[in-house]
Amino acid sequence: MPSASATAEKAECRPERLSNRRKLAERTEASVQVSEFNVSCKGAGEKLVLSELLRPIRPKSTLSSVKKELTRVKQKKAVELPLSKEEAKRVVREAAYVRTSKDVGKWQQVVLQNRRAEQLVFPLKQEIATVVPLEQVASAWKARTPLEQEIFGLLHKTQQPITDPLLTPEETASLQAMSLEEARQRRAELQKARVVQSYYEAKARREKKIKSKKYHRVLKKSKRRKALKEFELLHKSDPEAALARLEELEQLRMQERMSLKHQNKGKWARSRAIMAKYDLEARKAMQEQLAKNKELMQKVRVELPEEEPGDVPEEDLTSVTVPTIPAGASGANPWMLGKPSGPAEEPEVQEGLGDVAVPGAAESKEEMEEEEEEVSEEEALLQDFAQKRHARQQRAGGPEGQGADEMEAVSELRGDSPIHAVCAEEPASLGTEQPPQAQEEILLSEQLGRARTMEDGEALASEERVEEQEKPAAARAEERVRQQEEGRAGDRRAKKPPAKKKIISLQAVLAGKCQEVQCPSLPVVVEEEEGGVDQRGVITEAFAGDDVVADFRREKRKAEQAGKPQPVNLVLPGWGEWGGTGLKPSAKKIKRFLLKPPPAPPRKDQHLPHVIVSEQRNIHAAAHQVSELPFPFERHQQFEQSIRTPVGPTWNTQRAFQKLTAPRVVTRAERPLEPQQVPVGDEQLS
Amino acid sequence: WVSNVCVTLTAVPRNYDPALHPFEVPREYTRALNATKLERVFAKPFLSSLDGHRDGVNCMAKHPKSLSTVLSGACDGEVKIWNLTKRQCIHTIQAHEGFVRGMCARFCGTSFFTVGDDKTVKQWKMESPEYGEEEEPIHTILGKTVYTGIDHHWKEAVFATCGHQVDIWDEQRTSPMCSLTWGFDSISSVKFNPIETYLLGSCASDRNIVLYDMRKSTPLKKVILNMRTNTLCWNPMEAFIFTAANEDYNLYTFDMRFLESPVTVHMDHVSAVLDVDYSPTGKEFVSASFDKSVRIFPVDKGHSREVYHTKRMQHVITVKWTSDSKYILCGSDEMNIRLWKANASEKLGVLAPREKAAMNYNQKLKEKFQYHPQIRRIAQHRHLPKSIFCQIKEQRIMREARRRKELNRRKHSKPGSMPFVSERKKHIVAVVK
Repeated sequence: MPSASATAEKAECRPERLSNRRKLAERTEASVQVSEFNVSCKGAGEKLVLSELLRPIRPKSTLSSVKKELTRVKQKKAVELPLSKEEAKRVVREAAYVRTSKDVGKWQQVVLQNRRAEQLVFPLKQEIATVVPLEQVASAWKARTPLEQEIFGLLHKTQQPITDPLLTPEETASLQAMSLEEARQRRAELQKARVVQSYYEAKARREKKIKSKKYHRVLKKSKRRKALKEFELLHKSDPEAALARLEELEQLRMQERMSLKHQNKGKWARSRAIMAKYDLEARKAMQEQLAKNKELMQKVRVELPEEEPGDVPEEDLTSVTVPTIPAGASGANPWMLGKPSGPAEEPEVQEGLGDVAVPGAAESKEEMEEEEEEVSEEEALLQDFAQKRHARQQRAGGPEGQGADEMEAVSELRGDSPIHAVCAEEPASLGTEQPPQAQEEILLSEQLGRARTMEDGEALASEERVEEQEKPAAARAEERVRQQEEGRAGDRRAKKPPAKKKIISLQAVLAGKCQEVQCPSLPVVVEEEEGGVDQRGVITEAFAGDDVVADFRREKRKAEQAGKPQPVNLVLPGWGEWGGTGLKPSAKKIKRFLLKPPPAPPRKDQHLPHVIVSEQRNIHAAAHQVSELPFPFERHQQFEQSIRTPVGPTWNTQRAFQKLTAPRVVTRAERPLEPQQVPVGDEQLS
Repeated sequence: WVSNVCVTLTAVPRNYDPALHPFEVPREYTRALNATKLERVFAKPFLSSLDGHRDGVNCMAKHPKSLSTVLSGACDGEVKIWNLTKRQCIHTIQAHEGFVRGMCARFCGTSFFTVGDDKTVKQWKMESPEYGEEEEPIHTILGKTVYTGIDHHWKEAVFATCGHQVDIWDEQRTSPMCSLTWGFDSISSVKFNPIETYLLGSCASDRNIVLYDMRKSTPLKKVILNMRTNTLCWNPMEAFIFTAANEDYNLYTFDMRFLESPVTVHMDHVSAVLDVDYSPTGKEFVSASFDKSVRIFPVDKGHSREVYHTKRMQHVITVKWTSDSKYILCGSDEMNIRLWKANASEKLGVLAPREKAAMNYNQKLKEKFQYHPQIRRIAQHRHLPKSIFCQIKEQRIMREARRRKELNRRKHSKPGSMPFVSERKKHIVAVVK
């Protein structure tokens, strides 16, 4: 009967406290086990169960219910005594503590992670700052002081809004004037305009760069033809406009005449005049020049002049013989413009300038204008483009299906056609000549510095050219290097040769040092070049006094001597023989008591002639060294490793440097830093 | 806008071949040495002194939303609100008769609470009263006993006061929601845990620290130390860590789950530690002491990294680390509040990126070479007033004598009869469940 035995056990297990209090029943029989009900059983291990007592000989159903009840009674425990107040509280506390420390323990991982983190950036949770509208802030506020009330009274009088939108009707109207869509449209338009402009600029640049003479010739011809055609058309359609155009052309021509170009007064022309006696070509060129002059001076209807082959050599010659101001360079280096370089040159210069200015006007003028507009006002740009678009649309609608580019070209032509008509050749020649001029630009710019003594300069230039031609290129390069070195040394005299060699840098010219430097006489340079400064010679000369090598040898010998083990002298004079002044210990004794040490191991610098290896510990360095292994390190190799890896930007790339030097804690605080936040889900749990 | 630097800075390719840049360790060592020296040269932590109180400053409170506002209460019952940027007092209130024992700001920053010797708890508006309005507290609660400290819940409208027992109040009611007691003694300070906000810690004058749980309204555990704890402060980043400022010159950092022994014992002060406050980064804390100095301790180090003192500063009663972790405020007996930099040699104001990079590099170098004797010597050098210096020396001698005595005793007694007790366990008397 398992159930019965279980109940009996339970009865035994009951706290003794209870049984102590209850009066124990008296025992009448001697027995090993005593039942609560004073009934003993016979068997040693057997236990008597209540139900067995009730069991009749034959089981009856009526008694089974009583039996059940009895077992139930048996199972019921007596109510335990309540704990004392102290103990109860303690139990509660303990339970609460266990629970709370478990709750808090969930932060363990986060805390460890933060402690180990390479970098902590505070605030840990980045917040997006929200701006509270002014109306909300100000809504709760009321005017109290007399001053405030007065001010508010004034505001009321002038119908200034105090609360919600804080805008006057005018302001709202102005705000509404441009809706979002409109603004977007505008912006898109602007963008498009800018893009178109950039395309156009790129195209113009590209075209400008084309070196082919043939292309330019063809282009020019086509332009001319177009202009003529247009003029004829104009003549037919609108004679008055055509007349006006003519007037304009006339005006331009007059200007040209007044400028006295092609008058055979330039330097080049004069030189040609001298040469004309001997040189057929020169004569031809002069004649052409005269013809042109005549043509220009004629007061006739404008005719487009034929192309001149003579123009090209002219440009060439100017660049060779007149080293002052290059025709094309005037635009490139502005400081060349400012300096007048002698009265004799003036017409030539003007011509040069004119050469540049006139063709430049063709494209650059308009471009510049456009740029200016763009920079200054987008409005204007928009208008401009709107006009163009308008025109294009009209054009597209018309019978002539010309492209936009052509249109632009025409408009250009219309703007500057007289100039084109007068000297249509110049741009072409200029375009072709630009590369050589650009090459010579540096050489020429150097000349400007000493333009004060023109004759000198010219003479020198011619001599130099000859000289330069004679020298091989390699030798020149060598010279350049040496001169640079000398220049660095700061030798005043050494500065002159580079000035003459024309490899002077742009900055040197800017600095204006060349003006101070007078033209050196040629022989000096030659001497220096031929002499060839020997670096080694210079050094030996400079350190003639001290022989470093010998010094070093001596030092090493001394170190070697010092490193040798010294013999120990244990000789005691007068010991075993006579001693006193004037008496020496015997040779035998010395031999016996002078202890020779074993020879030292071979020196490490034995085979290194230029090195002294000292194996002595440097006491002074020891003061700066770490004597014992610091705490977090476990082996000295770790520590050495940590010291050996450099962190500076000298040894690391920028990226690595930034990573290596990242601070452990970064605080970006515009507002108070808050303590660690409980995640939302956790908050609900707890 | 045009840059002041006309020269455009172009990237210069650089060869990082180590053969071209020899002697990296000596060079970096020199740089580290220079950086350390410069750090010491520029270490000028004192910024300004806020004067205006007419009695010793007894307590301070940070504004939870504004970095520039700080509140202070004095021993004559006066409360002042300061603007740190202007270094001016914005507003003064005569809050109590007698000491202002404790004060705390509400988490939203609109009002603050003070408790005083006149057995009252008062709630005040943070803003100064409007024109024509009288300076009056929003609420006043009259208590039966003196309240010695107050702290506000970090998220809810609940605050806790301490005196004879710890009371937890709802802001709307005039009687406490619950009173927590464990033995009878005057409790000097009570603090809410900033992370697990239902947790409270308090310290009483019978040398114990008691933790409470607000949810169950029951105390949790009590730890009894050798001497009385004056204040405690929870770590704002680590929920289970708090630091107690003790009368025995030390601070003890506890893990609330293992109260048997503190995690770290911080010793450097030479007199009772009166107040402690954590940096909002949770990496360091600052302590104010009766020995007229303020010290900054790293949380995991046993000794301070910095000591601040001035000739005129007397016993420092209260200290706060501002919520941007840049400054330290300390209120002392001689009626002044002092503003210090938390990092003594830090350059204030906006830094250029290159400046910042250089600073980081220097910091790294200092860290790297911190074990080298010369660098350590310079980095650790601090000036101390003679009184503190002598006291430190004296205490060192005392400690050494004690150690020697123990050693001798151990030598002459039966082996094993005198067990070694670690420094951490030495100061704990008992843990009561």
